[in-house]
Amino acid sequence: MSDAALEIDELAVATRAGRRVLDGVALRLGRGESVGVVGESGSGKTALAHAIMGFCRPGLQIAGGSVRVAGEELLGRDERELRTLRGRLVSYVPQDPATALDPSARVGTQIAEIARIHAPGRDAADLVRTTLERVGLPVDEEFRRRYPHQLSGGQQQRIAIGMALVCDPPLVVLDEPTTGLDVITQARILDEVRRLQRELDVALVYVSHDLAAVAAVADRVVVMYAGQVLEEAPTRLLITRPRHPYTRGLVSSVPDPRSARRPIGIPGVAADAGAPPDACCFAERCELRIDECLSSRPALEDAGSGHRVRCVRWRETGPPVSEPRLRLAVAARAAPLLAVQGLVAAHRTRGVTRTVVHDVTFALDAGECLALVGESGSGKTTTARCVAGLHAPAGGTIAFDGAELAPLAKRRTREQRRRIQVVFQNPYGSLNPQQTVSEAVSWPARALQGASRPEALARVAGLLERVRLPSSTAARYPGELSGGERQRVAIARALAAGPDLLICDEVTSALDVSVQAAALELLAELQRDLGLALLFITHDLGVVASIADRVLVLRDGATREEGDVERVLGAPQDGYTQQLISAAPSLNVDAAPPQVAAS
Amino acid sequence: MTTAQAATSTAAARRVRRLPRFLRYRSAQIALAILAFVLLVAILGRFAAPHDPEQQIGVPFATPSGSSLLGKDYLGEDVLSRVLAGGTTVILYGTLATLLAYLIGGAIGLVAGYRGGFTDPTLMRLMDVLLAFPPVILLLLIATGFGSSPAALIAGVVLVQIPSVARILRTATLEVSVCGFVEAAVARGDALWVILRREILPNISGTIVADAGPRLTVSILLVAAVNFLGLGLDPPAPDWSLMISENRAGITVNPWAVIAPAIMIGLLTVSINVIADAVARDRGTSVGVETMRR
Repeated sequence: MSDAALEIDELAVATRAGRRVLDGVALRLGRGESVGVVGESGSGKTALAHAIMGFCRPGLQIAGGSVRVAGEELLGRDERELRTLRGRLVSYVPQDPATALDPSARVGTQIAEIARIHAPGRDAADLVRTTLERVGLPVDEEFRRRYPHQLSGGQQQRIAIGMALVCDPPLVVLDEPTTGLDVITQARILDEVRRLQRELDVALVYVSHDLAAVAAVADRVVVMYAGQVLEEAPTRLLITRPRHPYTRGLVSSVPDPRSARRPIGIPGVAADAGAPPDACCFAERCELRIDECLSSRPALEDAGSGHRVRCVRWRETGPPVSEPRLRLAVAARAAPLLAVQGLVAAHRTRGVTRTVVHDVTFALDAGECLALVGESGSGKTTTARCVAGLHAPAGGTIAFDGAELAPLAKRRTREQRRRIQVVFQNPYGSLNPQQTVSEAVSWPARALQGASRPEALARVAGLLERVRLPSSTAARYPGELSGGERQRVAIARALAAGPDLLICDEVTSALDVSVQAAALELLAELQRDLGLALLFITHDLGVVASIADRVLVLRDGATREEGDVERVLGAPQDGYTQQLISAAPSLNVDAAPPQVAAS
Repeated sequence: MTTAQAATSTAAARRVRRLPRFLRYRSAQIALAILAFVLLVAILGRFAAPHDPEQQIGVPFATPSGSSLLGKDYLGEDVLSRVLAGGTTVILYGTLATLLAYLIGGAIGLVAGYRGGFTDPTLMRLMDVLLAFPPVILLLLIATGFGSSPAALIAGVVLVQIPSVARILRTATLEVSVCGFVEAAVARGDALWVILRREILPNISGTIVADAGPRLTVSILLVAAVNFLGLGLDPPAPDWSLMISENRAGITVNPWAVIAPAIMIGLLTVSINVIADAVARDRGTSVGVETMRR
């Protein structure tokens, strides 16, 4: 048997039309070693995760190369052989455990089924117990008889990880295993993964878009872009001294909860799979581009100490940039712009009323950015919806510019509706796919300012320029735009009303980090130039550190801590806030690694 | 697909939007030709009829001959002339009933789906009551209550179709209503009808198109069924569905008196469905062959 857990050579995966989703990917992984595969959408990281299992999505095919796990070649085998090999050699932890687990089978039964198929000689009941113990779950009968929907997201992911380890394979592929989980749960799962890796001496391939989360578990990190490996290095080295301009941009664009640094985005739109064979795939967005970058594809060069980089100018790349963020002096006013007093809000589902916001009080001055932070279920979005007039509160008052607001938007005055605008989380759902950008952006002026259609249309170009979109965007439909561009259009639509308060509900959470950084930059600029007040809803403390002036931490609908952003993030008083901050992944290698106090 | 590719393909699509895009399917081209033929017969056929369609010109159920290509019907009238003249009512009443069903049922579905709260269950339970009547019973009740008139016929078909139109459009509306752009419109305080027209209707039009083909067919068949039962139009007015009913006694003697109008109704409904399918596939609302292949 070979000494390596995984050897990938010249791996290529292509669409039926011949577009290369993966191109010339090589990767070597020793026993018990862990590697992180990082990339933005369209980078081919998921195709790589699948190819390691000898699998590709319908519509794709493996076009060449080899994948050997513990010395056994996986490519070119039929489905039957693969199935037995997978159980023994490599297993997979998928992105969403809620859909990966069989909803109609009890968890004990599901684990036992794997044991029965892949380890027929061993006692299934015993294996179920070992599996649950390994991932820190209860082993009692009651727990084993639960169905997946009776578990929390973290527990479901633990089960999925446990199931991957049932047969003690030498290699496990984890595909975005903590995406969608709360930070504290994520930190616990990452802890668990690190511990299991040490204890079981298993090699891990950890695929994620989140560089900070990967950095917390991986010994080495591979950076993918447009289906190619652009850089590979030991984790610490990659973060502190990236050699590829793309990696440098990626590192610079990750917001850091531990310092008030301004993340800097990468200009342009991420290239999709199908890199040109005779040019650098990143050339279009690269600031170090020279003619050579456009005439030949750079080779993966060795930069010493296990560092490989696909760039002809890697010797000239500077360290990641770090700029302190600018803080504005907010002029003190007699009365705040927005004053929320004792807000109570409830949801009613099938006759059962559940209170999700208990007595929340805060104020927001003009030109100020207040972040509402919390995990899922903390009531942060419901609070924002109450302010926006989309959800009628069950108690308390919301006052805007001195006047009390009606509970629902349609009962508010037109002037109030104009001055409060909302930008929503999902850039894919927030624009009407049947309207062109100019129709969407011109409408608020007509509806809220009584502008005529020509007047409103005349303002579109200026608004698009404000959010740094070319005026040609006006004639396009949302389906033709990227996620980042759509979010800019949504911001332009909100600005069209000429608001004083912008409610941003997780506006960057669906975006790639390099795009997120640019969006945050834009919002900060609007806050500064237009004197906009921002009510910023997010779960990401890094984002909070880079944009907010003040922060309000919510848990289970109640305020835990409120204060100046430097004070709260730097010296949190509340136990929960401390937990939240220490669990947040960070690229700041000098700071302590994410930790979670015992629950 | 990359954003750039998506952009060029949609941009190209927009440029040729003047030509209906569903016509790139061969089946749709053929269906459109058939539909055009049937409509032509229904509209202009009466002027090409060799005989007066309501005039007795020979022996009942006489077999085809030189002067009467499809033979005679149960009264000795010319079958060909009656086929040429008898399409208008079925098509007109079927289409009218479908349109009215969309107007009323669609409004109910949109409002129920968008408003939710108490409005939704109230309206939908009302629809369930209508749905509980077997369609034929409902039509018979109306026919016996109001006599056999075109208005009663159309009202009956509309009443049968309303609940299912409402149900389908309500579901489609529910899906769209949770989208961010609808929420943004609500937060802006846009009026109900503005939100329905600007934000919701354009986004459920695909569902409407996919549903319209089969529904038009059902309406036409319902009109035909009621006519067939003799509750719609009164003889001797020529009508395809009425002809099937009138002449079924002589089907062994002159089968053309039944087969010819049946073929016309068949061509009409099949071609409408093929076209509706093509339009729906084109708008991406039905699962196309390409996307299903693995």
